[in-house]
Amino acid sequence: MKKDKKVIELDEVVVKFAGDSGDGMQLTGSQFSDTSAFIGNDLSTFPDFPSEIRAPQGTIAGVSGFQVHIGHKEIQTPGDQADVLVAMNPAALKANLRWLKKGATIILDIDNFDNKHYKKAGYIEDPLHDDSLEGYNVLKAPITNLTRSTVKDFEIDTRTADKMRNQFVAGILYWLFNRDLKIGETFLKEKFRKKPELKNANIAVLHSGYNYAETLEAMTATFLVNPAEKQKGLFRNITGNTATSWGLLAAAEKSGRKLFLGSYPITPASEILQELAKMKHLDAITFQAEDEIAGICSAIGASFAGRLGVTSTSGPGLALKGEGIGLAVITELPVVIIDVQRGGPSTGLPTKTEQTDLLQALYGRNGESPCAVLAASTPASCFDFAYMAAKIAIEHMTPVILLTDGYLANGSELWPIPNTEDLPEIVPPLVKDNDIYYLPYDRDPEKLARRWAVPGQEGLRHRIGGLEKADVTGEVSHDPMNHEIMVLTRAEKIERIANKIPEQEVIGSKRGELLVIGWGGTYGALYTAVTELQKEGKSISLAQFNYINPLPRNTKEILKGYKKRIVCELNLGQFSTYLRSKHPQFDYLQYNKVQGLPFMVSELKMKFNEILEEI
Amino acid sequence: MAFESAVPIITPQDFNLDTQVKWCPGCGGHAVLSSIKKALPETGVPKEKIVFVSGIGCSSRFPYYINAYGFHGLHGRAPAIASGIKVANPELSVWLITGDGDSMAIGGNHFIHILRRNIDVNIILFNNKIYGLTKGQYSPTTPMGSITKTSPEGTIESPFLPGELAMGAQGTFYARVVDTDPKMMREVFVQAARHKGTSLVEVFQNCVIFNNKVHEDITGKDVREDNQIYVQHGKPMIFGKDRNKGLIQSGSKFVVVKVGENGVKKDDILVHDAHNTDDTSHYMLSRMTLPDYPMAMGIIREWKTGVYENLLYKQIKESKKKTKIRTVNDLLHSGNTFRIE
Repeated sequence: MKKDKKVIELDEVVVKFAGDSGDGMQLTGSQFSDTSAFIGNDLSTFPDFPSEIRAPQGTIAGVSGFQVHIGHKEIQTPGDQADVLVAMNPAALKANLRWLKKGATIILDIDNFDNKHYKKAGYIEDPLHDDSLEGYNVLKAPITNLTRSTVKDFEIDTRTADKMRNQFVAGILYWLFNRDLKIGETFLKEKFRKKPELKNANIAVLHSGYNYAETLEAMTATFLVNPAEKQKGLFRNITGNTATSWGLLAAAEKSGRKLFLGSYPITPASEILQELAKMKHLDAITFQAEDEIAGICSAIGASFAGRLGVTSTSGPGLALKGEGIGLAVITELPVVIIDVQRGGPSTGLPTKTEQTDLLQALYGRNGESPCAVLAASTPASCFDFAYMAAKIAIEHMTPVILLTDGYLANGSELWPIPNTEDLPEIVPPLVKDNDIYYLPYDRDPEKLARRWAVPGQEGLRHRIGGLEKADVTGEVSHDPMNHEIMVLTRAEKIERIANKIPEQEVIGSKRGELLVIGWGGTYGALYTAVTELQKEGKSISLAQFNYINPLPRNTKEILKGYKKRIVCELNLGQFSTYLRSKHPQFDYLQYNKVQGLPFMVSELKMKFNEILEEI
Repeated sequence: MAFESAVPIITPQDFNLDTQVKWCPGCGGHAVLSSIKKALPETGVPKEKIVFVSGIGCSSRFPYYINAYGFHGLHGRAPAIASGIKVANPELSVWLITGDGDSMAIGGNHFIHILRRNIDVNIILFNNKIYGLTKGQYSPTTPMGSITKTSPEGTIESPFLPGELAMGAQGTFYARVVDTDPKMMREVFVQAARHKGTSLVEVFQNCVIFNNKVHEDITGKDVREDNQIYVQHGKPMIFGKDRNKGLIQSGSKFVVVKVGENGVKKDDILVHDAHNTDDTSHYMLSRMTLPDYPMAMGIIREWKTGVYENLLYKQIKESKKKTKIRTVNDLLHSGNTFRIE
């Protein structure tokens, strides 16, 4: 019999799923996110996994997590701390306890809380019997045993049965958050479309988890997160890497230049190569190169041959591509370089996020080698900035580096689906066959872009390459004055991109006490911190930069308007160094974090309050 | 004109440029350039569809000396650039000019992978066994013990045989020519262009400044007939001034014999099979060296097998048949979407 339980309405909830790498936490996390999106919650997700594929089971190193933040209110980050933690074993509990809100609900698989597992997790005391969980609402669910008994009538071995424990968890959460089980069933039907036996077993387990929760005395209340008040329309949940891939496809379609991605697998960028490998029907070619260098060089070749040449990588790969980017700079060909930043230096922290490639992107090449640098600020905005990176590359005939990061790449958010007809035009500076006036380094007087004559075209045979070229004619030239003219022209060409990009926006007043400055993937946390303080009546604004080189035209104007400026970034101060070189007349405070983790809203607010009090 | 033709007749002169060729006088490169210009009209490819790509080094200046589309790339990276060009537009005829330093040292990785993928690019490898443009350091093909600027006591490294490397990489076309034989070069270049897949033509090229006469024991007027064997598919492997020497199989090896001596008849001479999928004979030919053997010239291997870009475009065609997603808008609306009222 159903008991009447209290339903508590919440504006937002953060749920963290944690278990062994093979426990299916990413899947359950996605399922829960999709269900939330389906009923209209705003959301943001962040998976967090070890760099090993199957690290030793039951150990802290092997804990894989998926955090999802859903809301009736607008959601911009995956959340600092969780309201609900699912811990499939003691290691998952130990690794996540410090990221829990006081009073949070912990759902644990009691069947894995034994001495053997405690030892693996490094627990000396039994955490269920000391005071470490005091103040939390702990649900000790026999998830393993109940899952196994649910599927005993199916012809399924124990190992396979244990893989379905995540659906038992999902069932509990569907009940806890008053969700329609049908949505979860639909997800499983799609997931196991070709395996009916597994589909039915998983659905049975999902129901079993739901029913179990319903009968529990311990659960005194359930939660309800009402649909968000955000704009109406058609949405999808999208990760940064998918959005990047699709933005490139959109740019290729709009410009009429088919996509060519030359790339080498590297965490956390590989999903871009994988995603575009599935897009042959949209005329996208992916070329899995033998190394990072061949990745960019094949993209340059494809661009010379008239395609939109793209390469994707992460920090160490960007270092290897430096010489190739220089070649694209001097041959003035459109190439987009996607750098999904991760923790460095060297191999560093492959699965963790950081913003430490900025100076490499700006300056990491030999010679005077300027190229445009953009940065995306949310998972979905990767679509817009991949599109803009391609537009700038094509229209200005230059390599463009787009910086995203591991946090954006793997994280997801709800995205209002755009119509490609509404995207800005992309006009490649092509040349007509047999144009007798064509000279390879003759330029558009406004943008200074040279024109793009493509092999196969009649009457336009020409030669380009890595040697310095004579202005206009493009012949090889070692003339000293010509070299300086070309160096200055290439620099000026990049500067003039500023005339074509939007002005920098400010969230909040254009004048005030404190301007918070961020760039790229820290947007969600900075936005949330700043707007929360604004609601408290503080004089604080945010400028989040997406166009790094060149900076927007009104940058100086914005910087001028505040008593203090603080540059917040996940490095030791790369953007602040850059701003000091571009606008040295201003003082910049810094807030830096290099832990492989995103900013927390709480730490930002604390810092901003400190400064505001000093003013 | 005496007649009209849909395809304009191309002559070697169509590829001339006004720019000065800046190779040293007497450099083997001049003869290669001239032979390629002569070979191009025979390939039947319209001149606008011809692209020359190169790396860095003396030989890699080649694209600046021929009136075609040209791309002078990075040291060692020409195979990657050429792969991008060919895959982006398979209608182009792509030639890759490289040297022994460019392709065997800094570009070794790209070199083996273009061969493995079998992308339809014609690679002309100028092998002068020395670094010329950097003025005389030993290269990966410099013979063991050679005195060079960076090996004053002689090199202590085994050289690569480009042919062996190509075969190890599953290369489908390997040929060898000498820069002193324009006729042989032209014939082989035309065949290389016609081959579907990656063709590698190794040119024994003389560097008149830093490694003069390194190939002299093969190319010298007095010795060339006896020290070279020009193999041709389906023909007996005969060589020598008097055309009376040949190769026969003895156990697991080739042996040089003379027709008429020790009862050897003309019919006993092995016939060259460049198409043989058992590649033992191709390895043996590419490894033959003086003084026990003549150096094998001509097309040593020519395999017909799947070409990368053909397979790729076939997949593109097939995947278009399997989907309803025709535009990016279709893609954006596919899969899980949520209408929020």
